[in-house]
Amino acid sequence: MKIQKLMATALTVAAIGVTSISANAADTIKIGEINHYKRMAAFANPYKNGIELALEQINAAGGVLGKPLEFVYRDDQGKPGEAVKIAGELMTRESTVMLTGTILSHVGLAISSYAAEKKYLYLASEPLADSLVWAKGNDYTFRLRASTYMQAAMLAEEAAKTDAKTYATIAPNYAYGKDAVAAFKTALLALKPDVEFVTEQWPALFKIDAGAEAQAIERAKPDAIYNVTFGGDLAKLVREGTTRGLFEGRHVYGLLTGEPEYLDPLKDEAPEGWVVTGYPWYDLSDESNKAFVDAYKAKYDEGPKIGSLVGYMTAQSIAAGITKAGSTDTDAMVAAFKGLEVDTPVGQIMFRKQDHQSTMGAFVGTTALKDGKGVMVDWVYKNGADYLPSDEEVMKLRPASQ
Amino acid sequence: MELFFAQLLTGLANAATLFLVASGLSLIFGVTRIVNFAHGSFYMLGAFIGYSLMQVLPGMFGFWLSVLLAGLVVGVIGVVVEILVLRPVYKAPELFQLVATFGVILVIQDLALLIWGADDVLGPRAPGLKGIVRIMGEPVPKYDLALIAITPFFLFGLWYLISKTRIGILVRAATQDREMVGALGVNQAWLFTGVFFLGATLAGLGGAIQLPKGGADLLMDFNILAAIFVVVVIGGMGSLPGAYVAAALISVLNVFGVTFLPQSTLVLMFVVMAVVLMIKPYGLFGREEVAGEHGQVGEPERPIKPAGVKVRLLVAAGLLLLALLPLFGSDFSQVLTSDVIIFCLFAASLHFILGLGGLVSFGHAAFFGGGAYVAALLVSHVDAPMEIAFLLAPIGAGFAAFIIGWLCMRLTGVYFAMLTLAFAQLIWSLVYQWGEFTGGDDGLVDIWPSTWLNGTTPYYYFTLVFGIGGILLLRHAAHSPFGYALRASRDSSRQAEATGINTKRIQWAAFTFAGSLAGLSGALFVFSKGSVFPTELEIARSFDALIVIFLGGVKTLSGAVVGGASLEYAKDFLTRFEYWRLTLGLIIIFVVIVAPEGISGTLRKVAERFGIIRQREGES
Repeated sequence: MKIQKLMATALTVAAIGVTSISANAADTIKIGEINHYKRMAAFANPYKNGIELALEQINAAGGVLGKPLEFVYRDDQGKPGEAVKIAGELMTRESTVMLTGTILSHVGLAISSYAAEKKYLYLASEPLADSLVWAKGNDYTFRLRASTYMQAAMLAEEAAKTDAKTYATIAPNYAYGKDAVAAFKTALLALKPDVEFVTEQWPALFKIDAGAEAQAIERAKPDAIYNVTFGGDLAKLVREGTTRGLFEGRHVYGLLTGEPEYLDPLKDEAPEGWVVTGYPWYDLSDESNKAFVDAYKAKYDEGPKIGSLVGYMTAQSIAAGITKAGSTDTDAMVAAFKGLEVDTPVGQIMFRKQDHQSTMGAFVGTTALKDGKGVMVDWVYKNGADYLPSDEEVMKLRPASQ
Repeated sequence: MELFFAQLLTGLANAATLFLVASGLSLIFGVTRIVNFAHGSFYMLGAFIGYSLMQVLPGMFGFWLSVLLAGLVVGVIGVVVEILVLRPVYKAPELFQLVATFGVILVIQDLALLIWGADDVLGPRAPGLKGIVRIMGEPVPKYDLALIAITPFFLFGLWYLISKTRIGILVRAATQDREMVGALGVNQAWLFTGVFFLGATLAGLGGAIQLPKGGADLLMDFNILAAIFVVVVIGGMGSLPGAYVAAALISVLNVFGVTFLPQSTLVLMFVVMAVVLMIKPYGLFGREEVAGEHGQVGEPERPIKPAGVKVRLLVAAGLLLLALLPLFGSDFSQVLTSDVIIFCLFAASLHFILGLGGLVSFGHAAFFGGGAYVAALLVSHVDAPMEIAFLLAPIGAGFAAFIIGWLCMRLTGVYFAMLTLAFAQLIWSLVYQWGEFTGGDDGLVDIWPSTWLNGTTPYYYFTLVFGIGGILLLRHAAHSPFGYALRASRDSSRQAEATGINTKRIQWAAFTFAGSLAGLSGALFVFSKGSVFPTELEIARSFDALIVIFLGGVKTLSGAVVGGASLEYAKDFLTRFEYWRLTLGLIIIFVVIVAPEGISGTLRKVAERFGIIRQREGES
């Protein structure tokens, strides 16, 4: 369905003032959404907003299988054990038909394992860990967002175009950081075998000692720096690094650095000239992207974050999957998600049959300062399908599909 | 050499914040004996309030005024907390106040979210100190130099206050023997309030002064907590120069650790703390703790007795109800109850060493998570059948407790607690770091029970048998000669030794026993969830158990179980609402104030008051 048509319908509905969609709540299709609403409020709230926007549009257009779609939101406190308990409750007591959500990878992995054991469908919306669809992948888990590997490979492609020979990496000391560094190294060395990694820094997550890290990187005198830190760590690194001249005359690549969640808090101190993955919503002019951005701004009076886009696409994917399945039977939905094509703001994406990863891509661009805040310029949207390993490799990576 | 010097400066600059916050914690502990978990929250408030003030007060003068004002505002908040929350519970058992401070953490977290929103804020740069100076060619931020220069003034000011003024004399006297100070006619209440003001002010200053090097976010309260406890312990409880030396030591070592051993960032300070405590059991500048209390605070503890008939009947009825739950309850009610039983067993195992043994452990999660990991590793690496893995989990955890207990046993009190915390953190970081073997923070997944147990109801019964069995075993041990010897060692180790009890060995055995039962609960946990992650080894997990023990009543045998069940059910209910942390925090504070003997202890009193159970017999 065309976004614009959805939009128009949504606006009409809003204008008439029909607000109580959940009036006959008994006859809705319910989705269980588990997230760290408190622990990671800055990320989870825009995500929830994205879902709500999509639901409004979907339900205004008649819902799914003739019924309104509804999300049941629950807070897991960021604890995997708690998430598993809630997943059970949602599926047995709240009669949700499938599960979605989580930002933290380990919580996503816990739900994924539980979903496979209990034969529930789980759409992992935001967790990035590669193992979610590969090493620990299973039949019942699908993942929407472009994984660590895909985004790192996109940056490695850009890095290979320069003449930088020596690289320093800095990444938070946990699975996501390690995956991101390993993927970048593999991809870059494949493109440019003579590249050398001269130092690897591993600050503890959210406890970075930025001054010391900057000194340690400076000491190795690299041509280029690959950054995986984010949030408060990123802010501290940028400040100490800029003060000490660490980034001068160096290429810097930043995974996720361009996402509004991380770039906006830096305000006028946002780094310039970094090559990053992110979400330049302020600059999108094509029809489908702009329609989403405009609808989001109209509803929430602020720009969307990457989480908003992911939330929106999550609800869209679920609606499309259930429509294709024709029922809310788990097996039918799992079958429907394999190869499911969804029209989204960033274009058509597909949930791959071979590893259940969607082909949602990422925006890659260069950071700049505009009106006192960080933005991405010269960006391109890279299709996720082009940055996944070959099918044979995926087969090797994914024991579940052998 | 140039770089070495520059790194040294970075380390010293980092020490400034750490010293300010830790010295406040040290002062509060020294005088009031309160382990103030909310100290990280004061630090966070200092950062946010400082940030807000800097938005309105311009220029260099405005910046430093904001820092000072932020400190003072947080100091006043500290006073409010002290008067409203802590003052009513000074008479409660030692360490009980930490439950109240835990409630304060929850309240402040949600209030900060309400006031400042969810987004991280980047601190403004200090006007006039934005650039760098080149020292021997190396760039050193001006603000770093300012921090290095300022810290000694704070240290000197505090030292002067404590050593040379009348207030300082009182504070020192109270640190040594607060009851004697009270007996000499000093108004303790205001002394405590004053110290709380000072401590909170220092935390607030620490939060505000680090703004130009970072910012403020909602996770910073917990993120600094472990570090400041480490600094206080390394320096020696109550010692200000100690706090400064320890803060500098940790910060400088960290800077070199980052350069030469980048992977060390998770664990370095805990290694340092463990080493220091093994060599100097009371920290670098600490003195041996003179028994802070003359006897126990609050009412004398009653000797425990086997439960009376009425209580037994009540428990039997409760167990019957639990056994019949699958007949009338939903699937989810069984899952929830399993979770509660598992948590209660974990808390009860800690209660055994804490309540009966007087050994406060801050690292009990090591054995809960340890048991879970032993089982999970066996299943994923050697494909062990679930039954074998399940049996080996408590043994593995008990073995870990045996080793750690041996290493910690020579310490007492808070130093013992901190050493257990250090070892728990070592295990945590080992699991976290050793990705190839333990799965790192992506954990181990697909750890499900055997087919015959693989349904909600069968596993519920399995949990019921082993969980309740474990709790009853702990209870039985309390009434055995072993339990008597353990309590004797707690109440008077000299008299116990005179009667021929090897107190250290008894305590060591109890530690091991409690560890293995925590491992049992961990094993029950891992097979009910199907996965395990390093979060199960975290400090927060240890504190969960600690809090419910006090909430339930540390001086009753059933405290851990009552507290654990209450808190878990309350959490399950409350997390459905938007501001559940605020609500839960307020409820905890409320319970702490109206029921300073814990839920269980207070219920017992009420029951006796109304003649439902007979005096003295009604031990529950």
